[in-house]
Amino acid sequence: MKSMRKLLAISAIGVLILSACGGGDDGSGALEELGDGEGAVNVIAWAGYIEDGSTDPAVDWVTGFEAETGCEVNAKYANSSDEMVELMQSGEYDAVSASGDATLRLIAGGDVAPVNLDLIPNYADVFADLKDKLWNSKDGVAYGVPHGRGANVLVYNTEAGAAPDSIKAMFEADSPYAGKISVYDAPIYIADAAVYLMATQPDLGITNPYSLDQTQFDAAIAALETQKSIVGQYWALYTDQQASLEAGSVTLGTSWQIIVNLAKGNAAKIEATKPKEGATGWSDTWMVSSKAKHPNCAYMWLNHIISPQANAGVAEWFGEAPSNAKSCDLTADANHCANFHATDASYWGDVWYWTTPTAECLDGRDVECVPYTEWVNAWNKLRA
Amino acid sequence: MSSVANTLRRSTRFASKHPRVGLGILLSGPLLWLLVVYVGSLALLIISAFFKLQEFTGKATTELTLSNLDEVATESAYLMMVLRSIGIATAATAICFALALPVGFYISKLAKSWAKRGLVVAMLLPLWAGYLVKAFALRAVFEPGSEFGNGGFLKNTIGWSPGFGYLAVIITLAYMWFPYMFLPIYTGFERLPESLLDASSDLGAGSIRTFFSVMMPMLVPSIAAGSIFTFSLSLGDYITVKIVGGTVQMVGNIIERALLAPNQPLAAAFTLWPIGIMVVYLGVMARLGAFKNL
Amino acid sequence: MQISNRSQFSLRATTYGVLVILYTPLLLVLILSFNTANSLTWPPRGFSTHWWSTFLDVQSAREALFSSTRLAFIAMVIAVVLGSMLSFALQRFEFYGKNSLSFLAVLPIALPGIVTGVALRNTFVRFGFDLGFISVVAGHTTFCIVVVHNNVVARLRRISPNLREASADLGANSLQTFRFVTWPLVRSSVFAGAILAFALSFDEVVVTTFTAGAGIQTLPQWILNNFSRPNVLPYVTVVATIVMVISLPIAWLAQRLADPPNDKLV
Repeated sequence: MKSMRKLLAISAIGVLILSACGGGDDGSGALEELGDGEGAVNVIAWAGYIEDGSTDPAVDWVTGFEAETGCEVNAKYANSSDEMVELMQSGEYDAVSASGDATLRLIAGGDVAPVNLDLIPNYADVFADLKDKLWNSKDGVAYGVPHGRGANVLVYNTEAGAAPDSIKAMFEADSPYAGKISVYDAPIYIADAAVYLMATQPDLGITNPYSLDQTQFDAAIAALETQKSIVGQYWALYTDQQASLEAGSVTLGTSWQIIVNLAKGNAAKIEATKPKEGATGWSDTWMVSSKAKHPNCAYMWLNHIISPQANAGVAEWFGEAPSNAKSCDLTADANHCANFHATDASYWGDVWYWTTPTAECLDGRDVECVPYTEWVNAWNKLRA
Repeated sequence: MSSVANTLRRSTRFASKHPRVGLGILLSGPLLWLLVVYVGSLALLIISAFFKLQEFTGKATTELTLSNLDEVATESAYLMMVLRSIGIATAATAICFALALPVGFYISKLAKSWAKRGLVVAMLLPLWAGYLVKAFALRAVFEPGSEFGNGGFLKNTIGWSPGFGYLAVIITLAYMWFPYMFLPIYTGFERLPESLLDASSDLGAGSIRTFFSVMMPMLVPSIAAGSIFTFSLSLGDYITVKIVGGTVQMVGNIIERALLAPNQPLAAAFTLWPIGIMVVYLGVMARLGAFKNL
Repeated sequence: MQISNRSQFSLRATTYGVLVILYTPLLLVLILSFNTANSLTWPPRGFSTHWWSTFLDVQSAREALFSSTRLAFIAMVIAVVLGSMLSFALQRFEFYGKNSLSFLAVLPIALPGIVTGVALRNTFVRFGFDLGFISVVAGHTTFCIVVVHNNVVARLRRISPNLREASADLGANSLQTFRFVTWPLVRSSVFAGAILAFALSFDEVVVTTFTAGAGIQTLPQWILNNFSRPNVLPYVTVVATIVMVISLPIAWLAQRLADPPNDKLV
């Protein structure tokens, strides 16, 4: 039939065009020399990392940078690591504050370039136990600079009962908080279910919540299915969880310190804690795009955000441990670093930083582990 | 000036004598746009649904595979979600229709003439208020609260709120798209020839009989036209769902999730659902005469 | 038609009831713009004019407003030209593929925005075309063309061909006919379509999210961006109120143009 042939012809041409145009060029190596600023820098970040005084006039580490370097900061806020990876693939952005579950994908995909540490003087002051880690370097080459780290805290309403200290309250069907539980809406949350299983089903043998073989993974999904019946909210926007915490629709959930602080600022009766079984967490890395149109400004931004003053500012605002050791003397609250365990290695012992699960088991086992694309598929099905 | 006018006159005379050329000129711009840019993009999107994803980096390759389509068409969780989306869109459309009909009738036939335009503008003005702001305002309306907190507008005013979920989504969608259903129906009422209505009562039909046997059949194209907007906007909506839906997800959400995963081929495969549903819907509406009366 | 008093009353009640439901959330927005708290929760925690007085200092809001206006204006202009051309072509001529074209002309608004957005983005990214102002204009123009086309073709259908014939009989060439006969009858629908296209483009967020590049931020994108940033959230209510107030005369004008007083066109 004529129309059938036409359709086939069009499809064939389409496939040819697409295959010819697929795959751009991967970026070159690291920047060799720092030149003049290009006047602007497009940055992808978690909300709260780029404050220019518009949220709170006292919270500003951007206007000074813009005045000094002439690089105007255009911030794009992403709500999940997945979104950050997707945005970076478009090649439109110069820098990104990637968590550990995004960094390796960006490196493997050629979307970020190695970082020339000689051009970032402030790197010298970064805590040693954040340098050259699995998620921010490859074969000894650094792909970014550490931003800071934090745990995914358990937020609870102080009037809803005795303060919970266990992750079980988030998962068990008879939880006193049932129906008012708030869960982070991203596939990486499956790892939290794995942390729960590490404590409640030790014979599954989970040693690393990002390193799950099929049996362990299925158990985690089963736990999440049970949890679904007691969840009230899957949040992606801070303001969503914040509004619900203030209104009392949510009385327990996984959260970040910044949200807790903001809701407390509106008289919400809440507190946050790290569950005794441990928690997932994140250690963010600032990376430079391999297709950056403003590489000089990007490097200047990286150097600035890990400088002692700026890093202290963002660590306090967001509620995380800074990456620059000198920041601890500059925080407004003298106890900030102590509260966030910036120098306390034992605190981070049971905090599992977001990492991308791979088919090759991260804990070194010889079996096949479930890769991240399967995590995404499972999460999509769970949420459907 | 006269040389320009002369050229214009000569070319229009040429175009009148050769209508095909005139047609060609008129069509070239829009055709280029619609066909090449829009339909071309749709075709490329559909083709990309057959591409395989490179697992670790999340980039699409150009290897062909049926696995995306297979996932999208056979996974029961997704099929249920598509059915639910159709249900929600239908419910929202039905509510819009149920309200737009009496309101359109009232404003067109019963309202005083000086009030008519004001009422129509009042019904349409919320369209200008901004989609996102309305969604968040409705969030503040539906917030359930609990014994530990205040809750939203409904909770504080009437003591009860449906909370975030299916009902909130349906009501919010109906709220958002009501003007799109109202306008064609109102216009339809306005265009009903008085002579027919008079003839109907002359023949002895009461108002109810006239309404159902004379007015409604003539309104079907307008209703169909209005429902196209309302149904399609509700079907593909994902922002409202995120804001007032609680844990509810619709087909637009799964497309966004797949896209941001990043898994562009899977997202493209998911879009086949709303595309397919809307093509069928448009076909049915075309039969009801919607296109003659958009 | 004879309508009983009871029916008349319930119809009037329904109409005004719908009005109340439509405007209550908008009223909440207005009230919340005077809220002391920084979240969009009800009830408001106090009265403050802080957001209104400092709103003009928010540079990103001003830029977003300007960006949206510029984008909507350009999309509207292109759509008016292309949409009107399409209407005239579809109304005046018979040709092969006419039905398919009519069908295609509805697709941009019949298909959900996310489909259009994802499709266009896919195309731009694959061909290495930088996402920026042009890509988002392309996205907006697509549905704006449809809106203008709907308005113009509806009016064209109701203009009797007798008028053009009479004009030709009286000796006018097609250019004069257009200028003196067709255009005065059609122009209000073009303007109405243009205003509606402007409004849609100004408020559009889905297609914009997928087609705008890093440097573009329209007003709806600014609003969405600020939903991630708690203490800037109330500015959204201020901007929304301002836009609503400015829109009132424009919406009135649009409605006035769409329904000419003399509705009987020979």
